[in-house]
Amino acid sequence: MNPVLRTVLQRLGLGLVTLFVVSVIIFIGIELLPGDFAKAILGQAATPDTVAAFQRTVGLDKPPVERYVAWILGVVQGDFGVSFSGLGALGGGQERSVADLIAPRLYNTLFLASFTAIIAVPLALTLGILAAFYRNSVFDRVVNSLTLTTISFPEFFVAYILMYFLAIKLPIFYSLANVGADTPLLERFARTTLPAMTLTLVIVAHMMRMTRAAIINLLASPYIEMAYLKGTPRMQVILRHALPNAWAPIATVIAFNLAYLVVGVVVVEVVYVYPGIGQLMVDSVSARDIPVVQACALIFAVTYILLNLAADIISIVTNPRLLHPR
Amino acid sequence: MTADQKAAPARAKGDTLLEIRGLYIEGQSDDVWHPIVKGVDLTLHRGEVLGLIGESGAGKSTLGLAAMGYARPGCRITAGSIVFDGIDLVKAELEAKRKLWGSRIAYVAQSAAAAFNPAHPILEQTIETGVREGTRSRADAIADAKELYGRLRLPNPDKIGYRYPHQVSGGQLQRAMTAMAMACRPDLIVFDEPTTALDVTTQVEVLAAIRDIVEQFHTAAIYITHDLAVVAQMADRIKVLRYGKEVEQAPTREMLTNPKEDYTKSLWAVRELETPERPGQEIILSIDHVTASYGNSVTVLDDVTVKVPRGRTVAVVGESGSGKSTLARVITGLLPPSKGQVIFEGKPLPPALKQRTKDSLRRIQMIYQMADTAMNPRHRVSDLIGRPAELYLGLKGRAREKRVIELLELIELDESFYDRLPGELSGGQKQRICIARALAAEPDLIICDEVTSALDQIVQEGILKLLLRLQSELNVSYLFITHDIATVRAIADEIVVMYQGKVVQQGLKTEVLQPPHPAYTELLLSSVPEMDPDWLNNLLAKRAAHPISGIKRADA
Amino acid sequence: MSAETPGMAVEPPIVRRRRGFRSRAWRGLKKAPPTAWFGLIVVFLYVFVALFAPWIAPFPESEATGAAFEPWSSEHLLGTDQLGRDMLTRMIYGARNTIGIAFATTILAFLIGGILGILVSIMRGWADQFVSRGVDVLMAIPALIFALMLLSIVGPSTTNIILIIAILDSTRVYRLTRSVAMNVVVMDYVESARLRGEGLGWIMGREILPNILPPLVAEFGLRFCFVFLTISALSFLGLGIQPPTADWGSMVRENATLISYGDITPLLPAGAIALLTVAVNFVVDWFLHKTSGLRDDG
Repeated sequence: MNPVLRTVLQRLGLGLVTLFVVSVIIFIGIELLPGDFAKAILGQAATPDTVAAFQRTVGLDKPPVERYVAWILGVVQGDFGVSFSGLGALGGGQERSVADLIAPRLYNTLFLASFTAIIAVPLALTLGILAAFYRNSVFDRVVNSLTLTTISFPEFFVAYILMYFLAIKLPIFYSLANVGADTPLLERFARTTLPAMTLTLVIVAHMMRMTRAAIINLLASPYIEMAYLKGTPRMQVILRHALPNAWAPIATVIAFNLAYLVVGVVVVEVVYVYPGIGQLMVDSVSARDIPVVQACALIFAVTYILLNLAADIISIVTNPRLLHPR
Repeated sequence: MTADQKAAPARAKGDTLLEIRGLYIEGQSDDVWHPIVKGVDLTLHRGEVLGLIGESGAGKSTLGLAAMGYARPGCRITAGSIVFDGIDLVKAELEAKRKLWGSRIAYVAQSAAAAFNPAHPILEQTIETGVREGTRSRADAIADAKELYGRLRLPNPDKIGYRYPHQVSGGQLQRAMTAMAMACRPDLIVFDEPTTALDVTTQVEVLAAIRDIVEQFHTAAIYITHDLAVVAQMADRIKVLRYGKEVEQAPTREMLTNPKEDYTKSLWAVRELETPERPGQEIILSIDHVTASYGNSVTVLDDVTVKVPRGRTVAVVGESGSGKSTLARVITGLLPPSKGQVIFEGKPLPPALKQRTKDSLRRIQMIYQMADTAMNPRHRVSDLIGRPAELYLGLKGRAREKRVIELLELIELDESFYDRLPGELSGGQKQRICIARALAAEPDLIICDEVTSALDQIVQEGILKLLLRLQSELNVSYLFITHDIATVRAIADEIVVMYQGKVVQQGLKTEVLQPPHPAYTELLLSSVPEMDPDWLNNLLAKRAAHPISGIKRADA
Repeated sequence: MSAETPGMAVEPPIVRRRRGFRSRAWRGLKKAPPTAWFGLIVVFLYVFVALFAPWIAPFPESEATGAAFEPWSSEHLLGTDQLGRDMLTRMIYGARNTIGIAFATTILAFLIGGILGILVSIMRGWADQFVSRGVDVLMAIPALIFALMLLSIVGPSTTNIILIIAILDSTRVYRLTRSVAMNVVVMDYVESARLRGEGLGWIMGREILPNILPPLVAEFGLRFCFVFLTISALSFLGLGIQPPTADWGSMVRENATLISYGDITPLLPAGAIALLTVAVNFVVDWFLHKTSGLRDDG
């Protein structure tokens, strides 16, 4: 078989196994629940009958393997089960499906993440490549100190600073990003400017440093020196000799940072009260609404795994040793 | 103008092409600049080949690159001039130098495997400069590159260019890089140790190819190497460098027959070391029909039988991939054999390291090629040597200290080395400490794995003499693994020749070194460069008349 | 590159005489860039405040000594929080709690990840495969998300936080330790120790550990920052260190509403977190640059 295809398939297989194990880990969460969990959810006043009913609804009376299969089959079809919040002590509340709860928020989060990525990725790659080129110059040193400072900041610090200066002292942007399903697109952009800016600052710093390191590593290869000593102009050294070998490290940097974005989004959503999946997860953790937590964790994990998988596959299909086997 | 018109039987030297005057280059380490090249002058005429020779740290590579007007990152030219055909490369703008590089001055690096871009086929890289600078059309450049491949005796010259670097063997890649350097017919090529990473039998072909093509195109060259015999074949004139300064220079034949400086004489003398063989009696170690492989794949050792007599030296000779280092791993128990056994002092040793007793571990010691990596850089000499004495012989405190100092004296170092770290020792001193560490266990057999090949020639001599003296004093046996025939002549009593995991020949030194040889031994022995400048010519003539048959070379 | 040696007969004098550790450390410090100096001083100050919090703080840790949200005054230099507790006092105790917990977590992460990493690098084979694949899976879930999920199950308590973050973070320590230890394990001196018959303990502690210490020390700084930021983020989300323990992350959350009124008090604990991580990063950056030599300069 073609080695590229074989390696890609191997990697995909490994990705599937990882997804499976991760889903099992996330599922086991519910198994670890302390015994009186139903009481905690339903309130002290719950009668044994209501507790039993609750356990039936959640499915705690069935064997774990059966429940896992049912859960994962549901997940594959987009059914994440029922939120605990509707079953709460207040009883009588509407049963709410997790999928309905998540769908609009997932859209919001993806909107914010894409908005950030479109600005951050090109910016970071450009800055990183420039810093690598002019390494040890004043530009490089300043950028190095600045990015080092930015990555040291907690996201909420960056977020509040921006909010303080750009929304409260100088009311240019919206301080809160509370969008709804019917917010017009333009206003949506306006309201998400500050969160996107916060995320961009954090991501660009990380990504720029990684890009710089990857490029410097590449430029130290003997074949780059050779190209240089063949009289190749600097720009051509980069385009013809460095770039074809750079896809793998660059893909890795981008994937790593987009994955980082997924996590960074949680804190930023809370600061700006942005109705995304991160905030939902935090609220659900506080309320111990396990089905929602599981669904959110699964979505985050899947995104993370897929991004890394994509980077690995790009590395494989651009590797000359695999593309042109002996 | 065709190549044949340019080629001349006797090499007529033209006018001056390159003139370096009072060159100083500094290198940076730990934020401190220190000199690497200290005031070197160099003159090179058109069509002349200058051999730059020196030991590690002599500054020869730095000087070679400076001849192109290039200093590596972390190096800087601080004084002097480098005038190439009327252009001062020290003062020239980068753009001006760039125009010269590849077109009029070309470079051939030591490791072709690293210096070819893995992402492009060889041919693309060969024609790159010519096509970019517009000296030829693409089609012309391709045709010319194929012709060059043919001249360099690469197999399949019409097709090989379409392969990627990792698809081609090391010896071929080195010739392809020479073709790349020659593509624009430069006035000057800098060869930076182009054959150092190759096996001797491959080296012959590459040397011959490089020499012929340089001669055919009447190209001037600077040939950098640490190997005297190689430079004797390649250069018209030899310049000896040491510590960044010139020691002396002279035309090749004169330099070989009549070196003036003591340093040069000492370099020449090393290769003369030779000891008479002593047949052994009692066998201390016998490797009995051993077959071994890594994993379940390739057989690395195939039915190997070797005997080592007490108090004698058995040299195991072979090229990379011959299985000689695997033999050491089997003896020490790192790689249990799949068939056969290792018999030590009449008793079979357990195949795996873990099953062996402390005493049997003590009695077989090992010395490595790279003393740098064989000693923990965080341990002091006292611990390095003292630990085996403590572990095996139970020496502690004062007794241990006394023993360490005794051993230091045995290897001709003094007490002041007692608490040094390896980083504070020179290469030769490091290898001596490794010898002392082996001796501390009071072993019966020491396996020496290429112990001198990473060292400079003069240092090698010192280590070999020390090993010989220790053997006569302590009656210890050596299993000496090496690829270097000169070392074998110097130290061995018996020789085992290995090729592709099999023993090709074994016997007393004189038996093996004297003809007639089996085919592989013949190839190996005849490929070892000699100091005679005519050696390569004679060898090629002889091989043309009587080709060596029966050997498949992967690297032809 | 120190001068490589020439002939035995004429060994040159050793260029680099050994200097004492202290004098070397001092020389290194004197040449340190201003950023590193700044970092060292800040770290020192934080440690001082953390150690002596009860003696420095003007009020007890969790006692309401004024009204809620009092502005800055001579009595309460930085005002009071939502329960009327003195902000400055909370800041000072926050240093002790937040840094202490992050430090303990990092140590634990290094013990787990470091020991596993070295062990696996020696044992190789199935042990390596087993642990490494397990770590791959753990790392396939973003740490903060994983921590949130686990906390929702076991509930946030200081012990749980330390354990969860330490285990999640030890995966990264493991990866680094394994990769640097792998480079050391293949060295001839390790093989030589094995041939000598040395035990596992000697090989781990005497042969490998001293040679991987510099990258591990640098990593300790970076991991500490990461752990510190993660715990602060959890606290900020209300799922980390629980009240009434003074902690910077929670302090930001509890007083965040003040920002909309243009009061910067809640930025102070956030700034305190930022300043410490910046300082540690500066020190680590300098240390990495020093120990890796010219690694950065190609």
